[in-house]
Amino acid sequence: MPGFGIIKGLKETARNFFGSYHDPGRFVTIQYPEEKREHHENYRSFPFLVYDGDPVKGLRCVSCKICEKECPPQCIYIVPEQDGSGKLLKFPRIFDIDVSVCMGCQICVEVCPFDSIKMDQEFEVSTADRFGGLILNRSKLAKSNEYYHQIRPAEATAVDAQLAAERERQQAKAAAAKSPAPAAAATREKKP
Amino acid sequence: MVDFAQPENAFKPGLPGAAEPACRVVPKYSDQGEREGDWLEISMGPQHPSTHGVFRMDLVLEGETVIRLKPVFGYLHRNHEKIAEQTTYLSSMPYTDRLDYFCSMTNNWAYALAVEKLAGLQVPERAEYIRIITAELTRLQNHACLMGFLMQDLGAMGTPLMYAFREREKILDLFEALSGARMMCNYMRFGGCRIDLPPGWLEQTRRLVADFPRFLDEFEALLTGNEIVMARLQGVGALSRELAINAGISGPMLRASGVNYDIRKVDQYGIYNRFEFRVPLGAHGDCYDRFMLRLLEMRESLRILEPALKDIPSGPIIDARAKLRNFKPRPGEAYGRIEAPKGELGFYLVSDGSANPYRYRVRPPSLINLTILEDLCLGQKVADVVIILGSVDIVLGEVDR
Repeated sequence: MPGFGIIKGLKETARNFFGSYHDPGRFVTIQYPEEKREHHENYRSFPFLVYDGDPVKGLRCVSCKICEKECPPQCIYIVPEQDGSGKLLKFPRIFDIDVSVCMGCQICVEVCPFDSIKMDQEFEVSTADRFGGLILNRSKLAKSNEYYHQIRPAEATAVDAQLAAERERQQAKAAAAKSPAPAAAATREKKP
Repeated sequence: MVDFAQPENAFKPGLPGAAEPACRVVPKYSDQGEREGDWLEISMGPQHPSTHGVFRMDLVLEGETVIRLKPVFGYLHRNHEKIAEQTTYLSSMPYTDRLDYFCSMTNNWAYALAVEKLAGLQVPERAEYIRIITAELTRLQNHACLMGFLMQDLGAMGTPLMYAFREREKILDLFEALSGARMMCNYMRFGGCRIDLPPGWLEQTRRLVADFPRFLDEFEALLTGNEIVMARLQGVGALSRELAINAGISGPMLRASGVNYDIRKVDQYGIYNRFEFRVPLGAHGDCYDRFMLRLLEMRESLRILEPALKDIPSGPIIDARAKLRNFKPRPGEAYGRIEAPKGELGFYLVSDGSANPYRYRVRPPSLINLTILEDLCLGQKVADVVIILGSVDIVLGEVDR
């Protein structure tokens, strides 16, 4: 019968229209600036640098430039700090991320061997200044480990445990190096 | 400030710098040299909303009938292949998300498969299951969206598209919980996946899979028996079996023409051999077959998802030998291909043993399915061109690369 398909279709539309008033599965629109969705823990936006304690001295970054090399759109720029004699220090003097280029792929986070760069969940980063405002420098990027715990509790706890284990191993190694006998034994073991 | 009201500043076609007119009338002559009316040359796109992105068709019309069609693309070209040859293997992974931006998971998988063949990595069991689950979810959302867009092209403004997008939203939420991003997932890695499933994710996915048939039933009740849909889609843009095979068409378009060729069955990459599913085939190869075939494929995807979500084992998610930094596969070449929602997506890689591929080539299903567009459209009305293009299922990010 001609027209029957249209009536059937309109029935579906009506069901959806009235269903949207009582079926919670159909509620998908959120009044954004007033209401905000909760982030999933894995949600990522742009990278930030983690520090422990002091915002400048406590940065975990050692300016090894691995992230700069691996970054697909090449949006990271790092210059290491130098001491008086020109020797490079394990600390970034300049660490810039151009967020107008950054695509939030989190390759930098994965390749970082020191767990110093992590993905933020801040997404409202719009600015009127499209040149300077979108280049995040070291001080804008630095965020505390507490903040990291706040946005990603599970991941941050795992990272902390890993770093503590690493530190213990380093201390044990240093202690072993101080007492000569075990160190000598270690070198003998290594040879064959 | 130029005053365009002044006659000397008026728009004059043909002057240097002036825009080309969007259409042109070409006089048509008979064999005896008598004037027989006009042909109309139309440039459809690249800003036309029904061309699914920045795609242009140069049409020649006789009345409303298409007598010539020239697809023009390249507006979205961004040098994907050459960029990938200059960056490391890992750094190309986020760029593959941007090929077919509806299905980033399957793009990741195809690229990871090619690199795994090159480097000889073994994917752990759990990662294989996660890959199948994400790929089939991708197929669900891609086909749902495509049908919504097709209905939009038919003139069913908004409603079916919004129903499809509502379902897609739920799947994208799952992807966000899993990988951190809704569309640019960048989730798979060489030899496995990036991170393990978050707690509760499997439960949510099971719920979605259990709910999905309701949406499919609703969509079918709404559309498949609809007279307008049947009148506009049936018999339009028929693709013959021979042409489909000769032109290298793949995916739902090929199967709608009745060719039983599904790479999930043929290659059995991953662990697809463990799952029972049927390959739906079309009989006529017209737009309606292509539309129905995608509906049926979604039901088959659900049949794969249910056991996959039930049987997923625990264990590692990435090969222990896989390296993130300083990854250099041995010299050689590899071609990894998968059945992406749009067709055969393949990555051809040549390695010279360095950190970046010597040659990187993508076999995009969208581009190759687009090559027969003129054959499908000749003799059809101009309003049907829009539908035929919609049923081909292209994404310009993949066509232009």
